[in-house]
Amino acid sequence: MKSKPTTLAALDIVSIIVLGISTYLALVFAPTEAVMGQVQRVFYFHIGTAWVGLLGFILAAVTGVIYLVTKDLKWDRVEVAAVEVSLIFFFITIVLGSVWARPAWNTWWTWDPRLTTAAVTELIYVAYFMLRQGIEDPERRARFGAVYTLLGGISAPITFMVIRMFRTIHPVVIGNQSAEAQGGFSMTADMRVAFFFALFAFTVIFIDLFWRRIRLADLQEKVEQLRLKVTI
Amino acid sequence: MDTIPDTTNYMIAGYAIAFATMAIYVVSIFIRSRNLDQDLSTLKDLDEEAAKKE
Repeated sequence: MKSKPTTLAALDIVSIIVLGISTYLALVFAPTEAVMGQVQRVFYFHIGTAWVGLLGFILAAVTGVIYLVTKDLKWDRVEVAAVEVSLIFFFITIVLGSVWARPAWNTWWTWDPRLTTAAVTELIYVAYFMLRQGIEDPERRARFGAVYTLLGGISAPITFMVIRMFRTIHPVVIGNQSAEAQGGFSMTADMRVAFFFALFAFTVIFIDLFWRRIRLADLQEKVEQLRLKVTI
Repeated sequence: MDTIPDTTNYMIAGYAIAFATMAIYVVSIFIRSRNLDQDLSTLKDLDEEAAKKE
């Protein structure tokens, strides 16, 4: 494997810095919300991780299409990287939402349209890894993965739009929300700073981890190729 | 005047889980990468030995 590129090393450092700044803005800089109190501060990471999670699932669908067109296994590795990193971030989104819901809705979980579609999306991509493991042939596995992520990718816009289309208790911070929404709030100027910086910070962190995960997959491929050569 | 509810513990729990999850993932990437580097090094040695025998 090539030694760590300077750009990636710099991106590692930038990621740590922006994560630190985003944490400061969320925990210290942003004012305390008057109705929910301190727990509202999880909102900044909740949205930041949801943004990159859903973006990564769409990215996986796009790379799946590129694989189907080019038949280059490199795109399968990129697709796996996108799904894995997004799965981690989207898991954080769901957990933070649940932690927020306990004091705001008086329950850890409810089968609201948004929570249901988010859980289904996460499970679709957990199943993606389980199903891939059952296919030996790399090209068949890649073809399956490409079609699966293309179909699975539909769940990302549905999860995003569902609170804007159906009656739901999940608040919509930007845009019109359902009359049943509970726990919504209007962002102050300082809250907006923390909010938009969190989106930026998690985008940087996602790119960093995505790049690292692609390099890991490339290294894995190199080991497999050499293993085959040595075995033969 | 209404008082703000004390939900600090929930906030701490949320951030602790978020940071722990990210840390575990970063460590997993590091460990997998290190193991693959070791595998690659071993395989290269085996490949060189095979080439010498030929």
